[in-house]
Amino acid sequence: MTIAIDDAYRPPRASSSGDRLRAFLPRLVLAPSFALVLFFVYGFILWTIYLSFTRSRLMPIYEIVGFDSYYRLFAQPNWYKALENLAIFGSLYIGISILLGLTLAILIDQRIRGEGVFRPIYLYPMALSFIVTGTAWKWFLNPGLGLEKTMHAWGWQSFQFDWLINSDMAIYTIVIAGVWQTSGFVMAMFLAGLRGIDGEILKAAQIDGASSFAIYRRIVIPMLRPVFLSAVIVLTHLTIKSYDLVIALTGGGPGNATELPSTFMYSYTFTRNQMSVGAASAVIMLMTIAAVIIPYLYSELKDPGHGR
Amino acid sequence: MAFLEIEGLSKRYGGLDVLKSIDVDLEKGGFLVLVGPSGCGKSTLLNMIAGLDAVTSGAIRIDGKLVNDLHPSKRDIAMVFQSYALYPNMTVAENIGFALEMRGMPKAEREAAVAEAARMLQIEHLLKRRPGQLSGGQRQRVAMGRALVRNPRLFLFDEPLSNLDAKLRVDMRTEIKRLHHRTGATIVYVTHDQIEAMTLATKIAVLKDGVIQQVGTPSEIYNRPANLFVADFMGSPAMNLLEAEVAADGANAPRMTLRRNGAAPITLRVPETKVTPAMTPGAKIILGIRPEAITDEGSADRSAGTLDTVNVLVDVVEPAGADTLVVTNIAGKEVIARLRADAEARPGEMLQLVFNLDKAVYFDPETGIRLQ
Amino acid sequence: MAADLPAGARSPIAARIVIYGLLLIFAVFYLLPFFVMLVTSFKTLDEIQDGNMLALPKNPTIAPWLAAWGTTCVGLTCQGIKGFFANSILMVVPAVIISTMLGAVNGYVLTKWRFPGHRLVFGMMLFACFIPFQSVLIPMALVLGTLGLAGTTAGLVLVHVVYGIGFSTLFFRNYYDAFPTELVRAAQIDGASFFQIFRRILLPSSGPIIVVTVIFQFTNIWNDFLFGASFASGDAAPMTVALNNLVSSSTGVKEYNVHMAAAMFAALPTLIVYVVAGQYLVRGLMAGAVKG
Repeated sequence: MTIAIDDAYRPPRASSSGDRLRAFLPRLVLAPSFALVLFFVYGFILWTIYLSFTRSRLMPIYEIVGFDSYYRLFAQPNWYKALENLAIFGSLYIGISILLGLTLAILIDQRIRGEGVFRPIYLYPMALSFIVTGTAWKWFLNPGLGLEKTMHAWGWQSFQFDWLINSDMAIYTIVIAGVWQTSGFVMAMFLAGLRGIDGEILKAAQIDGASSFAIYRRIVIPMLRPVFLSAVIVLTHLTIKSYDLVIALTGGGPGNATELPSTFMYSYTFTRNQMSVGAASAVIMLMTIAAVIIPYLYSELKDPGHGR
Repeated sequence: MAFLEIEGLSKRYGGLDVLKSIDVDLEKGGFLVLVGPSGCGKSTLLNMIAGLDAVTSGAIRIDGKLVNDLHPSKRDIAMVFQSYALYPNMTVAENIGFALEMRGMPKAEREAAVAEAARMLQIEHLLKRRPGQLSGGQRQRVAMGRALVRNPRLFLFDEPLSNLDAKLRVDMRTEIKRLHHRTGATIVYVTHDQIEAMTLATKIAVLKDGVIQQVGTPSEIYNRPANLFVADFMGSPAMNLLEAEVAADGANAPRMTLRRNGAAPITLRVPETKVTPAMTPGAKIILGIRPEAITDEGSADRSAGTLDTVNVLVDVVEPAGADTLVVTNIAGKEVIARLRADAEARPGEMLQLVFNLDKAVYFDPETGIRLQ
Repeated sequence: MAADLPAGARSPIAARIVIYGLLLIFAVFYLLPFFVMLVTSFKTLDEIQDGNMLALPKNPTIAPWLAAWGTTCVGLTCQGIKGFFANSILMVVPAVIISTMLGAVNGYVLTKWRFPGHRLVFGMMLFACFIPFQSVLIPMALVLGTLGLAGTTAGLVLVHVVYGIGFSTLFFRNYYDAFPTELVRAAQIDGASFFQIFRRILLPSSGPIIVVTVIFQFTNIWNDFLFGASFASGDAAPMTVALNNLVSSSTGVKEYNVHMAAAMFAALPTLIVYVVAGQYLVRGLMAGAVKG
């Protein structure tokens, strides 16, 4: 594998000073970007970790007091609510997005007319800001003026849909809006996967007498395994980072009913002046994502056939 | 002193020895072909001559000057790549003129040089096109034009014909040979195709696993291969390599005995000039003989000194148009004979074959090295 | 894949009807919220109170759009969202240009001028794409404060460049990885320098990936809320933050039609980009999801 990877140009050793500059020029060009990333990403992460071990409140205090803020973090009922919501939101959001995305991709893949119309309709929410999505859905689900009122106007007087202001149900409105926003993208991923499957394999399966259903269940869907993996990674990442959607749709409420770790971190850091607790929650979020992403990146980068 | 000298050249990638102490040189105007199976290190060697790969140890000299650490653009070389490496966004004329532009040649002069190179390669009508609009053969010509226009000290070709179809490959081979004659350029050429090597080279270096197996003229390589690898690699169909035993009788004139399944052993004479001290009675030896040295009686070389006739059972007959190949079985191995086109041979029947032993070579079965 | 199935494998008419029926239902699901947002933005407040959310406006008016753009109150100032729209433009344009240029040269170096450790460098830049930004939020606020960039558009440009480099580098690296290295070698033998090779050989062939990167970065940065809310509140806030402030403000009568018009302003730039060059946006999203 070494030769395959290292086939790019390797300059001969430099002899004159001009040549030496020439040999170092590429690294010199890359250096500013790398320095920015080192400082603003890795330096800042270390800084945040450091702050999480202090007693910082409104302003940073650089005196290490140990795991104090982690104890305080896990003593907060709010934090547990955020974790619980994350679990509910994450599992539903990821599960439904994948199911819907796969269904849409399979439907679109049936040699239908008007693919060029349907596909962009399913995908366009991905171009919108979560704030716009949240605003639109907040209006659409508004109990007084939105869907509920429309149903009443159509004669379904008993129809009730107050999830947006119902503490027990509000988290599901975030699932709905989130799925609406990203499932089209999941569809695009699956569609690309479907289109990448060798047609001869499917012809062979037909000759072997497999029904359409059997072909999908036994051959196509198992072959889409890498797409499932990618979709889960991307959606997990979006789940943990979700902030805008909650702010725009429910603002974390009613009460703390839709609190997520991201909103928790923000409010503890910037409005409740508990910087060290906010930092501790950010560290937990980072570690959760890292646990998912690092093995994924490692496997993609290590295998040259895949990572290149 | 040779024009291109390579001395003790080695290359390590990671922990892997890609080239091990390569020694080869080339006189001015010569045509050196580096040939070997894929992964033998021939392309790495070419890249090191070009300056595209760093030298681990050893020396490369061009015209007496050490170039180990010289930047590729300062070596005064031109290279034709396997993929042609034409710049997709430039026209043919811009592609050919790019190197001159980089060297700051004035536009008028540059255009004249490009026109001259295009005329030589008969691609004048293509100058305004882009590489994407050209056929494979045309791209190949443009790539050569880009090399020619520079009039460099040394041309490097990296498997330039391997992306062409069979017929075009033969045409372009002739073209390259003609260009070499006309320009007197010094060329190093990498290929895995032994026919290209034979037809083009004034000198061939055969590589395997990063080690040079033999350096010599095409005829030396073909007729006196240094070892079993070279014997087997060069020539198509490959040389017949048969296990033989030196017969115990006839002390002053050794003979080779070849066992056969279900038939009497064959005994073949050894021409006096080919007798070596290793041919002691009872010694095991590998006998190498090319298909064209095993023929039917009618097309045997009458001027040859040592012709032995053997009766064999024909296994397969392959008429190839210009001649007919006959496959039989001797010493547990397939043996291919090359007969004239209209030779009478049918599978399952007996056939009389004439072995021209003047053309035979002998190898030590242990080391694989040719006995001499 | 279905395109490869033989004609006999086409599903029967009944199945076709089910398929189209499902596709239409889903199309309604995806279009409805946007449709409601759009029609509401052309209605009067009275019509919103009395009428059906799904009905087309009886007396279409562009007054809500004009109000959203020029006169509605965001926070304490009542000059509409035009200033915030301008903030977003001033933030997006330089941030996209700078991060795309850096990504292009980074991708060039990481594929064509590899050096020991190039994988580690790339891996570190790639991981930066995936961190939750919460983990850098506090130090960033402190650093921007120290630099005097807190609450400014320049500060946001810096932030978006820094956290955009990872993606733009990823895009260009994967694109240039497939670019034949032999061309670079040929250009070196021809005597072209490091920058000449980039400018004359790679850049002219980079059109598609430049479009992908620009569109991806534009969409991402325009739609950002977290950084905008954290580092640029008040008059320097970008469009998304202003929209959220407008919609969630609790003072006075809720002018839903104006809110929807403002949301349309926030949505339009990225929607237009999507309509014009949606395939490139999808390519960018995919490249970020499934590398290579």
